[in-house]
Amino acid sequence: MSAAPVNKADVEGEDRNITINFGPQHPAAHGVLRLVLDLDGEIVTRVDPHIGLLHRGTEKLIEHKTYLQAIGYFDRLDYVAPMNQEHAFCLAMERLLGLDVPRRGQFIRVLYCEIGRILNHLLQVTTQAMDCGALTPPLWGFEEREKLMVFYERASGARMHAKYFRPGGVHQDLTPELIADIYEWTNHFPKVLDDIEVLLTDNRIFKQRNVDIGVVSRADAEAWGMSGVMLRSTGVAWDLRRAQPYEVYSELDFQIPVGKNGDNYDRYLMRLMEMRQATKIMRQCIEKMPAGPVVAESHKVVPPRRAEMKRSMEALIHHFKLYTEGFHVPAGEVYAAVEAPKGEFGVYLVADGTNRPYKCKLRAPSYAHLQAMDFICRGHMLADVSAVLGSLDVVFGEVDR
Amino acid sequence: MTDLNELSGKVTAALSGVQAKLAFGELTLTTEPAEILRVIHGLRDQFGFSILIDITAVDWPQRARRFDVVYHLLSTRNNARVRVKTEVDEATSVPTIVPLFPAANWFERETFDMYGVTFADHPDLRRLLTDYGFSGYPLRKDFPLTGYVELRYDDEQKRVVYQPVKLVQEFRDFDFMSPWEGAPYILPGDEKATKETQK
Repeated sequence: MSAAPVNKADVEGEDRNITINFGPQHPAAHGVLRLVLDLDGEIVTRVDPHIGLLHRGTEKLIEHKTYLQAIGYFDRLDYVAPMNQEHAFCLAMERLLGLDVPRRGQFIRVLYCEIGRILNHLLQVTTQAMDCGALTPPLWGFEEREKLMVFYERASGARMHAKYFRPGGVHQDLTPELIADIYEWTNHFPKVLDDIEVLLTDNRIFKQRNVDIGVVSRADAEAWGMSGVMLRSTGVAWDLRRAQPYEVYSELDFQIPVGKNGDNYDRYLMRLMEMRQATKIMRQCIEKMPAGPVVAESHKVVPPRRAEMKRSMEALIHHFKLYTEGFHVPAGEVYAAVEAPKGEFGVYLVADGTNRPYKCKLRAPSYAHLQAMDFICRGHMLADVSAVLGSLDVVFGEVDR
Repeated sequence: MTDLNELSGKVTAALSGVQAKLAFGELTLTTEPAEILRVIHGLRDQFGFSILIDITAVDWPQRARRFDVVYHLLSTRNNARVRVKTEVDEATSVPTIVPLFPAANWFERETFDMYGVTFADHPDLRRLLTDYGFSGYPLRKDFPLTGYVELRYDDEQKRVVYQPVKLVQEFRDFDFMSPWEGAPYILPGDEKATKETQK
């Protein structure tokens, strides 16, 4: 706003158009997002998201690393559900290498992908409540997230940046105690969801802030390249776990919640339901998990076990080669996608036959969702911007890459 | 899932100037840059590819037309994916597909930002991910991993300043080509061995 009014309209306050900056440092921006908002009074007329404040050049860095080293970067994309990203990259590599994952490895992958889904949705649901003014849900949700992160840590040694999925399977087998503890956790988790629902589902303020806000139709969702919960909230029954099943998803019994109205509140309800379904999948994984190897027997790709290395010269050579030079991936290009908690996370991998990816494009779901901000927010009130942003479920690790 | 052989036959019959290739269970269509709008329009309206998944480019500096611009499309109705590729050089621009898919906006901006591929008639072709005032195209193969400028807070000027990158040690880019597997260079001392065998 100009300090010295130049015409009568400004003096009388008729010209109400102002431009404001939302972020980059704003608690409701879910990271480093700068939104340039054009307002007519309190009505948003244009949103121009400025992204890239967290751009680290992940795709460039991956081109300079061996395939095994590159996996670590995937944890740092959507750092709310790290293993789901690793999964897409491992699937892409496995398709080029023609590698099959043993069944126990597949079950462990599905188990941890669903833990990732719950990690993500717990964060999303509770922080969206925080964007709408409720402070208790995050505290309750984060308590459970903490327990899930401990499961990450007990499997991989790291709470977040796990690097647990490897081409051909997973890095280490799970201990029986860990599996028992996860199973025990799935017994009591639905109770926590019930508690969160008591706080939010019929909460008058929460409903006022979310019902009929951020409505997206089916045609719009498709035109804007939406996926995951955003697409399903408009009534499209599309889930990659069901439509293009990978790992053992086709053998598991679970349901996919589909929305009706395509608004924030539908998406909230769907995420809660997805958490219940994810818990169900986790239980089935543990019940059905067979004994056996967790990673493929392919000495040219999968490093030998430590015990084997102590006795076998051949294993020692393989270990040395795989951790220095890495394995070579045959030339070709693939696009592998997984149903990450936020939507379709895809990896377009171009290999040229060397030990490094020639090109690795990461297709992040929140990138497509965030670009629809302008379209969704037009005509909404300023206060709805943070509610919509929360409901889109963006994480800047994967938007900016 | 749709049978891709059948789909590729139908697509090449319906849309002229398109070559189809099946590899790793994925369908890739190749076409000329000028045809992109028509091909993608046909895929959307005749074959139900209603969701644009991704647009990106791949840099092949040794080629005359160095960039592959790659489009990924998804059909939820037929449960099929397709990839459309086209080759361009640095000077040629590709027609934008924003009129068909609003989602293409940021994907094309990012491709421009990272590779310098321009999209004709794009409504808002600004840089997206790089810094304000950035120059160069970071994902090109001739752009160094360390970049050209670095940023620091200058205590005298009381602001953040840009300066050329100063590396404490030389940038190391190992190549792991093995001399036993046909590396293009000869290790020191190797020439003696070949001389001896010739005798």
